[in-house]
Amino acid sequence: MSAPFCCVKFSAIAMAESAYLPGLAIQNSDVLDSPRHSALVRVTHWIHTLSFLALVVSGVAILLAHPRLYWGETGAKGTPSLIDLPLPFVLGLPIRGPGRYLHFLSAWVCVLTGLLYVLSGIFTRHFRKNFLPAKADVRWSSISRVAWRHLRLRRPSEQESLNYNVLQRLTYLAVVFLLFPLIIVTGLGMSPAITSVFPIFATAFGGQQSARTVHFFVAAALLLFLLVHIAMVCLAGFKHRMRAMITGRSATRKEPS
Amino acid sequence: MSTTLSRRKLITTGLSAAAGVSGLAVAAVLAERYGLIPPDHGGIFGVGETMTYAAQRLLTSQHSLAREFNRSEISKVAPVNGKPPENDPYRRYLHGGFAEWRLTVDGLVGRPSSFSLAELKRLPSSSQITHQACEEGWSFIAEWTGVPLFYVLNFVRVSSKAKYVVFFPFDESWDSIDMADAWHPQTLLAYGMNGQEIPTGHGAPLRLKVPRQLGYKNVKYLSYITVTDTMKNISKGLGSAAPEYGYSWYAGI
Repeated sequence: MSAPFCCVKFSAIAMAESAYLPGLAIQNSDVLDSPRHSALVRVTHWIHTLSFLALVVSGVAILLAHPRLYWGETGAKGTPSLIDLPLPFVLGLPIRGPGRYLHFLSAWVCVLTGLLYVLSGIFTRHFRKNFLPAKADVRWSSISRVAWRHLRLRRPSEQESLNYNVLQRLTYLAVVFLLFPLIIVTGLGMSPAITSVFPIFATAFGGQQSARTVHFFVAAALLLFLLVHIAMVCLAGFKHRMRAMITGRSATRKEPS
Repeated sequence: MSTTLSRRKLITTGLSAAAGVSGLAVAAVLAERYGLIPPDHGGIFGVGETMTYAAQRLLTSQHSLAREFNRSEISKVAPVNGKPPENDPYRRYLHGGFAEWRLTVDGLVGRPSSFSLAELKRLPSSSQITHQACEEGWSFIAEWTGVPLFYVLNFVRVSSKAKYVVFFPFDESWDSIDMADAWHPQTLLAYGMNGQEIPTGHGAPLRLKVPRQLGYKNVKYLSYITVTDTMKNISKGLGSAAPEYGYSWYAGI
């Protein structure tokens, strides 16, 4: 980490360098009570969690009406599908109407919070400092080393957990700047009103049904991210990480020097 | 943290909260005046509905056109949802080839009228090849032919007070559209599909086509149209049968 980018507010780097910046973190005898997540990150994180869960639940309720995916502009029973999901067609239960209302309400919450988070992350240089990997790290050898450590479910050392590793950085970048924009655009690509203004939201994917199919797979990717994210939080110490995301601080034992 | 800092924080928080609340109040007044509030705006889901409807109305205005397709893209399979009305009047008209059927148009109009199918067909016609998506997830492309709704509205001399056009079919699924969609050039009273008379299952003798909204908004089996400035006194006042079953009134999604 280079000195010009070090910053007081954002935990990871500040922590890593706190030894050189006395007074940054309050030091007890053997515990560092370190700032980890800004208030805005914490608030948007939990609002996002709730809206995302609502989107998943309501999304499934909508999908169950017709769990077949197509490619192109059109698709219906009696036409070839791309994938027949191993799910039943649920048309009789009154879950879809409320599901649709909930889906669009939570989509608004999710998108507006996401927008606030992204703008503030750009403004405070959070993404540049904590998400953008160092050039030297974007190499197959360092990525595979980190991936291998993760796959063996090795608990990260306190020192390692102070800073996002290259795999975390690339994953968060992909989630924030690829998957979320993609799920928004493919969602809008299914809207006949929106595509009357921006036809490209449908045509870029090859049609309205393609947009629906991509929407499904991006949702699946985001759900996979959520599961791995929760697994990693558990592995790294559920209590500590939750405390960090709720209170903004985490008690970290000082490494024996 | 010093006390001054927290007091300052308190004041700024208070001010921004006040600004937020008054901003919302102003937004609500403006939204009401410019017709950005849907009839099913009540409850927690109504918040999302209102945001969607308002955002899409600001974005689409009257002018954006639903995507149109080539004749070669017309779907070979056009599924039918639901059954034709099973009541006596509809059956009678169906058996008689709709020769006796008439469409009544009244409400906030200068010249309440009724049209036979033959009379509607003599009015200027328009065709479109558009995509129709069911909220269930499936979709098809078809060519629709009919009389543009704006032509009929002009013919009956619709009042400038009009806010909604309400459509009553022979079954229970009545619905309505706002004037932005009512005056839209692609909004049709369709009597033809893919070059033929509209098949019974697709809404014979006449159905609404609003290609900027989902399939369920395109009311089939039309019998009666009325123009109004409020829908509070129609059924539960939610603007269509859809919200009574838990579906949103606006279906531009």
